[in-house]
Amino acid sequence: MPTRNINPFTASSPAITSLDAMNEKKEPARRSSFSKVNNKFSQLFSTSPKSKSNDAATLQAALVAQQHALYNSPSPQINSSTLSLPTICLSTATGEKSPMEPTTLFQPPSPTEARRIARQHAQFGPLGSQSHRYSSKFEGTEFAEPIEDEPPYYFLITTYISYLILIVFGHVRDFFGKRFRQKHYRHLKERDGYAPLNSDFDNFYTRRLKMRINDCFSRPITGVPGRFITLLDRRSDNGNNTFKLTGTTTETLNLSSYNYLGFAQSEGPCADATEQAVKKYGISLASPRADSGTSELAVEVEDLIAKFVGKPSAMVFSMGFVTNATAFPALVGKGCLMISDELNHSSIRFGARLSGAMIEMFRHNDMRDLERLLREVISQGQPRTHRPWKKILVAVEGLYSMEGTMCNLPALIELKKKYKFNLFIDEAHSIGALGPQGKGVCDYFGIDPAEVDILMGTLTKSFGANGGYIAAEKHIIDKLRVSNAATLFAESPTPPVLVQIASALRIIIGDIVPSQGEERLQRLAFNSRYLRLGLKRLGFIVYGHDDSPIIPIMLYNPAKMPAFSHEMLKRKISVVVVGYPATPLVSSRARFCVSAAHTKDDLDRMLAACDEVGDLLQLKFSSGVAGGAEPIPEGISSDMEKEYGRQAGRPGKALIATPPRWRLEDVLKRGVEDVKVPLR
Amino acid sequence: MDLHDAQSLVLRLINDANAQFQKVPGSAILLRYIKSSYQDDPVRSAVELFLFLFAVRYLLAPTYSTQKQKHVALTEEEIDELVDDWTPEPLVASPTAFEELENEKRPVIVGPTGPKSKLSNGRTVTNLASYNFYNFIANETLKEKAIQTLRTYGVGPCGPPGFYGTQDVHMKTEADIASHLGTPACILYAQAFSTISSVIPSFSKRGDIIVADKAVNYAVRKGIQISRSTVRWYEHNDMEDLQRVLEKVTKEQAKKPLTRRFIITEGLFECVGDTVNLPKVIELKLRYKFRLILDETWSYGVLGRTGRGVTEQQNVDAAEVDMIIGSLSGPLCAAGGFCAGTEEVVEHQRISSASYTYSAALPAMLATTASETIALLQENPDIMVQLRENIKAMRGQLDPRSDWVKCTSSIDNPVMLLVLKAEVVASKKLSIEDQEFLLQDVVDECVANGVLITRLKSMPVALGSGPSDQGWQPQPALKVCITTGLSKKETEKAGIVIRHAITKIVTRRK
Ligand SMILES: Cc1ncc(COP(=O)(O)O)c(C=O)c1O
Repeated sequence: MPTRNINPFTASSPAITSLDAMNEKKEPARRSSFSKVNNKFSQLFSTSPKSKSNDAATLQAALVAQQHALYNSPSPQINSSTLSLPTICLSTATGEKSPMEPTTLFQPPSPTEARRIARQHAQFGPLGSQSHRYSSKFEGTEFAEPIEDEPPYYFLITTYISYLILIVFGHVRDFFGKRFRQKHYRHLKERDGYAPLNSDFDNFYTRRLKMRINDCFSRPITGVPGRFITLLDRRSDNGNNTFKLTGTTTETLNLSSYNYLGFAQSEGPCADATEQAVKKYGISLASPRADSGTSELAVEVEDLIAKFVGKPSAMVFSMGFVTNATAFPALVGKGCLMISDELNHSSIRFGARLSGAMIEMFRHNDMRDLERLLREVISQGQPRTHRPWKKILVAVEGLYSMEGTMCNLPALIELKKKYKFNLFIDEAHSIGALGPQGKGVCDYFGIDPAEVDILMGTLTKSFGANGGYIAAEKHIIDKLRVSNAATLFAESPTPPVLVQIASALRIIIGDIVPSQGEERLQRLAFNSRYLRLGLKRLGFIVYGHDDSPIIPIMLYNPAKMPAFSHEMLKRKISVVVVGYPATPLVSSRARFCVSAAHTKDDLDRMLAACDEVGDLLQLKFSSGVAGGAEPIPEGISSDMEKEYGRQAGRPGKALIATPPRWRLEDVLKRGVEDVKVPLR
Repeated sequence: MDLHDAQSLVLRLINDANAQFQKVPGSAILLRYIKSSYQDDPVRSAVELFLFLFAVRYLLAPTYSTQKQKHVALTEEEIDELVDDWTPEPLVASPTAFEELENEKRPVIVGPTGPKSKLSNGRTVTNLASYNFYNFIANETLKEKAIQTLRTYGVGPCGPPGFYGTQDVHMKTEADIASHLGTPACILYAQAFSTISSVIPSFSKRGDIIVADKAVNYAVRKGIQISRSTVRWYEHNDMEDLQRVLEKVTKEQAKKPLTRRFIITEGLFECVGDTVNLPKVIELKLRYKFRLILDETWSYGVLGRTGRGVTEQQNVDAAEVDMIIGSLSGPLCAAGGFCAGTEEVVEHQRISSASYTYSAALPAMLATTASETIALLQENPDIMVQLRENIKAMRGQLDPRSDWVKCTSSIDNPVMLLVLKAEVVASKKLSIEDQEFLLQDVVDECVANGVLITRLKSMPVALGSGPSDQGWQPQPALKVCITTGLSKKETEKAGIVIRHAITKIVTRRK
């Protein structure tokens, strides 16, 4: 099967056709020298208006020159006065030859142009400074669990009391409600011979706890969930039972979408390619993969994904959830054992339950517990018969979406060698978001993907598309193609979605719009560390690993969930708050998802808002054991500090655990440089 | 001497303990209680003491566990040895001959799909294998609208509906479907296949009762399996058997506390192609007080005057059905699935249906496309008439005319399932596997003659399951999907090709 490029630009205009042809021809050389090849592409895909009458060659030369200049100078001298101008956004550069003064030709844009740029920047913010980049990579030798700080007992006790009050009040209200407002409780009772659809008991939590904060969930939006997100304002007249849209909208800073690499965009190369795909291929394939739903696009995307994650073969699905739900039944069954991290996603549990295999759980990310379990199950064999297990499949996630923790891949690989189990990693959140090249946890830890049996991921998050994939050895994928129910019966991914995936992947790899993919990856890595460090320094209890773009901060008291959400909304920031049952009862939290589309200014705004709200709601209760400490004094390296800590009997902990309560100004002032050394 | 010392020590200790005990608040009451109860009834005191000791023992006992009893205690060395000895099976078994064939023969479409599609081998074929019944794929207006949506919403919503993934277009599509069907509410899922597998377990739990048609599709089966409810099967589309099963269940359950009870069936059966007798099912459901979950994945957008499905075709009020599950990915040429019902049914799913709550929302452009195609169906029901004409034309070539196959699909199902006639199977002694091979040969022969059709895929059986727990499997069948993208003439011509291919392949087989 010849690999055809998904370039739906064919025949739409002569200039583009020639580019397509060029692309085909240069394919072999592309990988090695993309910095030279694709400048025409960057012009084509650039977000600058195509109508600009600049001589293409000059523009191209300028772009190359500017790019090189920017990359060669380790830290370009950009003073803050130029920061606000979109100078660094390469695409807005004009034919200026002297790249070190990029703004000299800056002209006030026309109103339409200004609107267009504003719109573009609302989806993907311009990079403020070259120093706002970092590479997400595991450094060091031993991958340590993040230290989980604990709040003063006062907060734990009040949390329990709060739940107690909520529950007591709930029951009291139920007691009287069931007697005096029967109409409202009808659905919980038997009704002319039908059992209630949802039981009174199961429904209690929803009715009495979640209902109170319903306005923080399922907020409807419109437009692109990019750097900013536009909420549709709504109002409830009946205690959050139902909502009415008021007809107005609010644009908020988006720290809630899984838009890690900022590919949620309605313009730019991905959207252009997607538009062409719709024109050429139509919207749907209207058939499962096994019938006639396999198009060249799917084959192409599968090849791209396989190459990207470093596996011989891959297959794509139209939904990430179903990828898991159907993969496990095709891999394990009766007589097999599945070992799953206790915090694994619902789709993994769904698949595991369907498979009919025995399921065991180990404590979240606890490798010692996993080893104990492995020794236990292998030595005991199957229950009752004590026959040896046919196979053992360990399923973990690359990055956990509620905790912000990564799996301990090095340790898992060690265990795998010793205990011969098969390893399945769900990279739903880590693909694109971790590793210097965005290839997920293997990339992050510098581990050969061949060590992992199955790499699964979703295309919903980093790629701004939809669906999921599985990558593995060819014989495994071939088998899955015929035995996996989703290939046989489920709809195939649609052409626009496939092309969105393909172009996002191409940008990440650097095939098209060179340097943009790298910029996205590095901005995400910088932003993740920057916000995390800032929050720690302000005094919040932050969970998860340092490089994770998922940043949960702990709220504990249930009443702080809506309060935090509302306060942030007042400051025009949308965040996700989660509580029981998605988390343990006490550890309600707010979760921020950082994106490459955010600028440092956005994060500063976020930090400022958190600073205020943190004071208001008393959320700054970290003790300092988990980071946020003063920088190490001159002349001491972090190794020396660790050594010292070990001697003092407190390995892994900061030298002096004073509660960090930095002033906002200091946080902002020191953030950029401190992000690039090991966080503390 | 020593003894005396010891005695005085003991006495002192007792005195001390006594003094301490007196200090404990409430001790006097306890003492008085024991004294008086001993006086009143020494036996009672003994019993109480015994109970107290038992309670202490019970509380201190290690937790009872069935696993521990079976546990074989092993030393670390023995465990190491066992670990070394253990050799797992390979992660996947080696492929069977048929699976290899399937992988090799899977068609790859180059360029757009449509009534005429180009395959990767360079040939252009008449495509009778996709659910593109109305050829909406080629509709330029739809493409334009989709592009407009793309330019305002991007592609993916980057989050589950609960976390800022609900876009206004989703709400509009939900409202459109609800008003098309005539139900109070509707919920939009990101994929059709997973919809019903997730709807069933969100309502039916352990201990609840499901009565389901034997021939329901794979997704329904998986939903039932996940729900862990008690399931009773009735013979496919056999209303008397359904009644018998309902009767039996009602009798069995009469003494027990009332649990939720569901009937699950399909509108058009994916595996057989025939239609449910909805009025009768409704009658039975009302009589025995069951709720009805109706999988309209294959009938929504197909049956009825405006494509509302079985409810419209058989003149049943959609509100009589508790949950209607449908697909937007087939004939509607968008993607995603939905479940329509009352507000209560819909809102409950928003927080407890796994593939809705824990999965990203549908891309906006696919949601708007669904809205558009639903409007198209309502505006020109003529296309449905045209589709039925084409179905008739195809049947004319195949069903009564072929000596070898018969069509199990009902008369207005555009997915025609052709199975080998019983006498053919008997006379040639064809096992299920033989039939699959044979039909695959027919498919190949058709493709060689320029008509792309496909086979009904058998349901994958669970790994490691024995022959006893395999359950019902459909009879192998050819799947021919009719489209209005072809004229009646072209459809007939394709029908002739298929008929000849069947004849050629089946007669070749001894
Ligand atoms: C770990 C994990 N796996 C799978 C999924 C499901 O992916 P999708 O949203 O594409 O259905 C998610 C999404 O939330 C996830 O977090």
